[in-house]
Amino acid sequence: MKKTVFLGALTVAGLAAGLVSAGTLDDVKARGKLNCGVTTGVPGFAEPDANGVWQGFDVAVCRAVAAAVLGDNMAVEFVPTTGKTRFTALASGEIDLLARNTTWTMSRDVDLKFEFVGVNYYDGQGFMVPASLGVSSASELDGATVCIQTGTTTELNLADFFRANGISYEPVPIETGSEAAQLFLAGSCDVYTTDRSALAAQRANFPNPDDYVVLPDVVSKEPLGPLVRHGDNDWGDIARWTLNALITAEELGVTSDNIAEMSAGTNNPEINRLLGTEGTLGEMLGLDAEWAKRAIMSGGNYGEVFESNIGAATNIGLSRGLNAQWKDGGLIYSPPFR
Amino acid sequence: MSSTTQTGASKFSLSMLINDTRYRSTTFQVIALIGLIFAMGYLVSNLLSNLSDAGLNISWRFFGETAGYDINQMPIEYNNQMSHGRASMVGAVNTLIVAFLACVSATILGVIAGVLRLSNNWVVSKLMAIYVEAFRNVPVLIWILIIFLVMSNVLPQPREFRGDAATSSMWLDMVAFTNRGVYIPRLVLEDLGWVVLTTFGLSIIGVFVFRRYAKNLLFNTGRLIPTFLPSISILLVPTVLVYFVLGSPIGLENPELKGFNFKGGLHLRLSLIALWFALAIYTGAFIAENVRAGIQAISYGQTEAAAALGMRPGRIMSLIILPQALRVIVPPLISQYLNITKNSSLAIAVGYMDITGTLGGITLNQTGRAIECILILMLFYLVISLSISAIMNVYNNAMKLKER
Repeated sequence: MKKTVFLGALTVAGLAAGLVSAGTLDDVKARGKLNCGVTTGVPGFAEPDANGVWQGFDVAVCRAVAAAVLGDNMAVEFVPTTGKTRFTALASGEIDLLARNTTWTMSRDVDLKFEFVGVNYYDGQGFMVPASLGVSSASELDGATVCIQTGTTTELNLADFFRANGISYEPVPIETGSEAAQLFLAGSCDVYTTDRSALAAQRANFPNPDDYVVLPDVVSKEPLGPLVRHGDNDWGDIARWTLNALITAEELGVTSDNIAEMSAGTNNPEINRLLGTEGTLGEMLGLDAEWAKRAIMSGGNYGEVFESNIGAATNIGLSRGLNAQWKDGGLIYSPPFR
Repeated sequence: MSSTTQTGASKFSLSMLINDTRYRSTTFQVIALIGLIFAMGYLVSNLLSNLSDAGLNISWRFFGETAGYDINQMPIEYNNQMSHGRASMVGAVNTLIVAFLACVSATILGVIAGVLRLSNNWVVSKLMAIYVEAFRNVPVLIWILIIFLVMSNVLPQPREFRGDAATSSMWLDMVAFTNRGVYIPRLVLEDLGWVVLTTFGLSIIGVFVFRRYAKNLLFNTGRLIPTFLPSISILLVPTVLVYFVLGSPIGLENPELKGFNFKGGLHLRLSLIALWFALAIYTGAFIAENVRAGIQAISYGQTEAAAALGMRPGRIMSLIILPQALRVIVPPLISQYLNITKNSSLAIAVGYMDITGTLGGITLNQTGRAIECILILMLFYLVISLSISAIMNVYNNAMKLKER
C-alpha cells in the first residue's frame, strides 16, 4: 500500500516538475518574486555591490520587470548563470527572464526556442592587448595566444575572423570572464577577446587600466538583449514592453525626477498613455495602468540606467555610441505606445 | 534438488508463486524488474513528452554540422570547418592522453611513496606521510587550479626570451619554460628513421627475452646472472649503432621564438601540465596508501624467511613482497585509474579541451542540444571506465594466487 502511495507521489512530482507552465505571469505573481538569470559578475552589467545587492545595466531590466509586474523592484531572485548554464536554466523554467548580455542570433531564437524581447545594448566583439605589445590592429595578431570565454558566440566569431584573414592563433578557452582577465594580466595570453562592453568593464577593474588598449577592430555584431521562453507570448509581451517603456521614456523626456509630476497628466498623449493616465495599455498586458510608471521609477529611463551603470561618468566609461536614441544617431528605437 | 520428486508440473498452481519458497524469490524479482522497467519507461516518456510540449525534440543531426570553433591541442587533424562529431573526437583523444599520462605517473609516484612510507628512515617515512596526507585531503580541483595559477604567474612570458636584454633564456637552447606551457624539442623522422625505431622496438622485446632467459636460468640451475647492465646494453647499443650507420636519420626540431610565441617543437600546454600533475600527485597519494596496505598485508614471516635465505632487502621487496602484495594492491588500483579518468573532466577549470570541454562544453552551448550531448558524454565515460576495468581485471587474474 505504502508503495502505491509513494509511486503516486512520485508521479505527481514528476508531472509537476516536468511541465513548464504556460502562465509565467501567474506563476511570478503567485511566487511574489521574479526569477531573473544574470551573469556571475560583470562590472557595470550585473554584479552584487558591497551590501550584496545586485546592481548593473542588465540587473536594471530585471528590476524594471519586477516593478511592472509585482510593484516592487526588489522582488527579484537573481540566479547567476554562466555562458553554459544560462539556456538550460531558462528552458527548464528555473528562471523567468534571462538578462545576461546574451547575443540575439537566429539559431538561439529559432532552434533553441527562445524569444528575444529586444536589444538593450548593441555590442560588437573586440580585442584587448597590452599597450606594450605595440599592436594597432587585430590583423597583426598572427600567431598570438588568445584568451576567450568559452560557450559564447565569441568563440565562433574569433574562428571566423582569423580564418577570413588567413592568420593563425592559439585559443585558450576559459570558463568565466574574471579567470580570463587574470590569465591575461599574468601574460598567459597576448589577447583577450569578448564583447567590447565587457572588455571596457573589465579593463576598468585592472590595476593599471592605461597599460591595456582595446583595439579599434569590431569583428562582429552582438545585439545583446533579454530573452524569455518560446510559447508564453503574454509573458514575452510584458518583458518586451517593459524594455520599450524605458526606451520610450528617455525619448519622451520622462525621467525618474519628473515622472511624479508627469504622471499627474501632460498634454502629450503618448506620455499619458505610457504612464497610464490615458488609454488601457496596462490592461492589455494583464497588468494595472501604472505598470510602466513603476518600471521607469525603478531605475530611471533607459538613458539614466545606462549613465548610472556603464556611462561615461562611471569607471566603466562607455559612451552611448550605437546605443544612443535613434534621434541622436543611435540604434535605440522603441515602437510607439498606442 | 532431490526434494522436487513428489510434485509434478501438473500440480503447479498460481498460489505457489507466492507461497512456495522455490518460486517466491523469482516471483518478486520479476515483479521488481517489471516495476523498474515501467519506472524507467515512465521517466523517458515523461522527458520526451515534455520536450515535445516545449517544441524541442531529440536530434543527432548536429553531429554532422560544422563546429566552427577552434581547439588548441589537436592530436588528430582538425580545423574549425570540421563537424561537431570530429571536434568531440579530438576532445575524446585529449581525455585519453591526459588520463594515460596521469595513470602512469600516479602509479610510479604512488609505488615509490608507498614503499618509502614504510622505510626505516624516520625522515623519509614522515616526508611521505606528509605528502600523502597533504595531497589526498585537498580536493583535486584545488590542486589543478593551484598548479595552473602558480605556473602562469611565476614562469616568464615568451616575450621575456626576446632581444639582447632577455631576462629568461632557454634551457640548453632546447627547452623553454613559459607561462603558456613548456616547449620541448620534437623528433623529426627522416627517410630511414623508421629503421631506427624498429630496431628500438626489437631491442625492447630483446630485453624481455633476455630477462625471461635469466629467470629460467635462475629457477632451473640456481645461477644468478647480472641483468641490469646487459638489459641496458641490449636496449641502447643496437639502436645507437643503427642510428649512426644510417647517418642520423632522426633529427630534433627545437622550439624557436617567432612572433608572439615559440614555434616548432612540441608544446605541452599549461592546461595539460596542470591537469596531468594535479591528477598524478593527488591520485598518487591514494595509490601510495594502497601500496602500503598491500605490503603490510604480507606476513612479516615472509621477509624474515627471505632474509634467512640470505636475500638482500631490495630483492626481498622486488621478488618476495611486491609480487604477493600486488594481489591486494591491484583491485583498489583499478578504481584509482577510473577516478583519474573521471576526474580528468575537471579539465574545463583550466581550459584543457577534453571531451567535456568540446562535446559537453562548446558543442553543447553552440547547438543547445544538452540532453544528446550529455548522453553521449555519459556513454563515453562509461565505455572508457569499463574498458579500463576489463583490462585491469585481466591483469588482476594473471596476478591472482594460483592454486596448483
